[in-house]
Amino acid sequence: MEVALFIPCYVDQFYPNVGLATVNLLERFGAKVEFPEAQTCCGQPMANSGCFSDAAPLARKFLTVFSRYQYVVCPSGSCTSMVRNHYANLLPEGPELTALRGKVFELSEFLHDVLRVAPQGRFPHRVGLHQSCHGLRELRLASGTERRIQSFDKVRDLLAGLDGIQLVDLARTDECCGFGGTFAVTEEAISCAMGKDRIADHERAGAEIIAGADMSCLMHLSGLLRRDRKPMRVMHVAEVLAEATA
Amino acid sequence: MSAHELRADGAATGGVQRSSEHDGAAAKPGQANERDNGAGMPSATNGRPHRHSAAAPPITAGMHEHPRKAAAFVANDARLHWHDQAVWFIRAKRDAVSSTIPEWEQLRSLGDQIKKHTLSRLADYLEEFEKNAVACGAHVHWARDAEEHNRIVHSLLAARGVTRVVKSKSMLTEECHLNPYLEERGIEVVDTDLGERIVQLRREPPSHIVMPAIHLKKEEIGELFHHELGSEKGLTDPKILTEVARQHLREKFLAAHAGITGVNFAIAETGGFVVCTNEGNADLSTALPPLHIACMGVEKVIPRAKDLGVFLRVLARSATGQPITSYTSHFHGPRPSGELHIVMVDNGRSAIMGREQFRRSLHCIRCGACMNTCPIFRRSGGHSYGVTVPGPIGSVLAPHAKPAAHASLPFASTLCGSCSDVCPVKIDLHHQLLLWRGELGRAGLIPFSKRIGSKIGGWVLARTWAYQFFGKLMRWLLPKLPRALVYNRWNAWGQQRELPEAPPESFREIYRRQHGR
Repeated sequence: MEVALFIPCYVDQFYPNVGLATVNLLERFGAKVEFPEAQTCCGQPMANSGCFSDAAPLARKFLTVFSRYQYVVCPSGSCTSMVRNHYANLLPEGPELTALRGKVFELSEFLHDVLRVAPQGRFPHRVGLHQSCHGLRELRLASGTERRIQSFDKVRDLLAGLDGIQLVDLARTDECCGFGGTFAVTEEAISCAMGKDRIADHERAGAEIIAGADMSCLMHLSGLLRRDRKPMRVMHVAEVLAEATA
Repeated sequence: MSAHELRADGAATGGVQRSSEHDGAAAKPGQANERDNGAGMPSATNGRPHRHSAAAPPITAGMHEHPRKAAAFVANDARLHWHDQAVWFIRAKRDAVSSTIPEWEQLRSLGDQIKKHTLSRLADYLEEFEKNAVACGAHVHWARDAEEHNRIVHSLLAARGVTRVVKSKSMLTEECHLNPYLEERGIEVVDTDLGERIVQLRREPPSHIVMPAIHLKKEEIGELFHHELGSEKGLTDPKILTEVARQHLREKFLAAHAGITGVNFAIAETGGFVVCTNEGNADLSTALPPLHIACMGVEKVIPRAKDLGVFLRVLARSATGQPITSYTSHFHGPRPSGELHIVMVDNGRSAIMGREQFRRSLHCIRCGACMNTCPIFRRSGGHSYGVTVPGPIGSVLAPHAKPAAHASLPFASTLCGSCSDVCPVKIDLHHQLLLWRGELGRAGLIPFSKRIGSKIGGWVLARTWAYQFFGKLMRWLLPKLPRALVYNRWNAWGQQRELPEAPPESFREIYRRQHGR
């Protein structure tokens, strides 16, 4: 199975370990991984700022770079959702876009639904799972607390299979962390208030680690944790799974 | 205004064709009517002028409105968390009670479909409603905008010499600023919903459409009643405070010459309408005075009586976590020897209908669930939005009439999507917020810093070499810069957060090295 890696720009620049953990996991489960070097960014920062015309060339570039692969896998729910759900705002509808939508997957979704694997290994830590909103509500990685449907949670399923892991119970299981892209700086006061509340919820639950499938939320939470010199760490789900299976 | 005009105006079938025209109109700053005539407009409620209307603000002011007010709200940490918990409590009640309905998601879909269908032939249903309401003995009036609505209500009151009016909660009359209009003309208007009365006595707009005084603590209400109603100083017991309000309002009810109510649902096939309250104040407002004026937005009509069951089952559960409101009052014509007038108001709704991507916002049944779930609303308070209807739904309604003034509202969201999932009529709220951002971007109504940042970012990211070069430069430079230079007052990220640590190598550099290229 041929998989093209789509590594979000800020992950490429700031969190190379998340990219490496993603490669590690995919290769471990038998995927033939390729990293198309021409890729840069999906265009979400511009689109979410209202600058659709600045985002459109990036969407076209993405289409050119990734169209020829069987699968495209990305360790970010938000960037995956950008391609799957919002490229219609930037690109004309057509068979190319439809095909692209069908083959772009978020990493845990790909492991859970396509490869159908259950990573094994030991991870003896108390972990709080932060549900990133776009993965949760735009990719439907879990049922969420709003809808009255059969409960499911793909990311939690992957983590729950590890030995020794304790997934703590949060008071608000899927409240937003307050990152929100440029929201983090244009609405700095609210953004930080939300992030601090999210951290407090994990602290009350006794988590050592906040794990999540989107590094952007974790970058925001980690920024707050480090400023306040708190011992809690953040880890991407790919890092948790790769470390456990190592 | 008549149904024919509404049809010609584009309300029903004509709306789609006119969409591009409306797009243009909404995109031009300063073109919107000076009066707050859009759906969900800034409040100059109860006589006190709103800051928007004081002087002509610079065009960029609206781009920073919400962050500015939100920061002020956040500054009081204890109050912020008290407000967040109080509003979250309602969301939790909604979760609990909706869990007892196995067909909850089916009801949401049905509500969505009924509203879609109704909007697809709105003019027909409005005319059917008018015909049947008249047959029940009601008088029906059509108002194109807030001004016409206020004029109609005032002329009905003036013709009968009415000087004292009681009113049950109506977001439409808030939107039209009916109270100050009537007060300026010598008519006393008393809001009889407890929360509405509280904010009316405080001369401020409601902060929430279902719980207008949710931003206030019981101690503050005790203080207010002491000053305004002469009650004992220092009252904090909600039961006693409610009793004070009851005694005060009872006098107003008995002395009123007319009662004004809103309309939750107007039923085309019967000509009847329904008003939902928890306090029975709509009943008292209409049972005592001889004249009843009911004010409704044109989107309140539903086709059949049996459709009502779908909406009543989701409305109170979504709004407050109650199975149903304490009072669900049905009105079919005037009471014996009384008079009933129904005022149907467009006020920008047909223009919204003409914009296909935003049409679904007219499904709204004003339950407020999107506000209760919104992590931003809970932490910035309803007044931070500066509009009659705040929160996610307010942020998609308000920019239609005044895009420049409300340009910050579609950005007052992380696009977390919780609003779309709690909405009982499935309005795709967070997608509409994103679409609004694009509209405002095209109209040049986003801050310069954002525009220039996006231009530069877009240019760099469109070129792989430039992206790699600047990425490497940033990672090389960042650790070498003195801290004071990085964490300055212009670095909004760094006010309360650390930046991520810059690694020596990017993922692609490591990957390239490991894969021997």
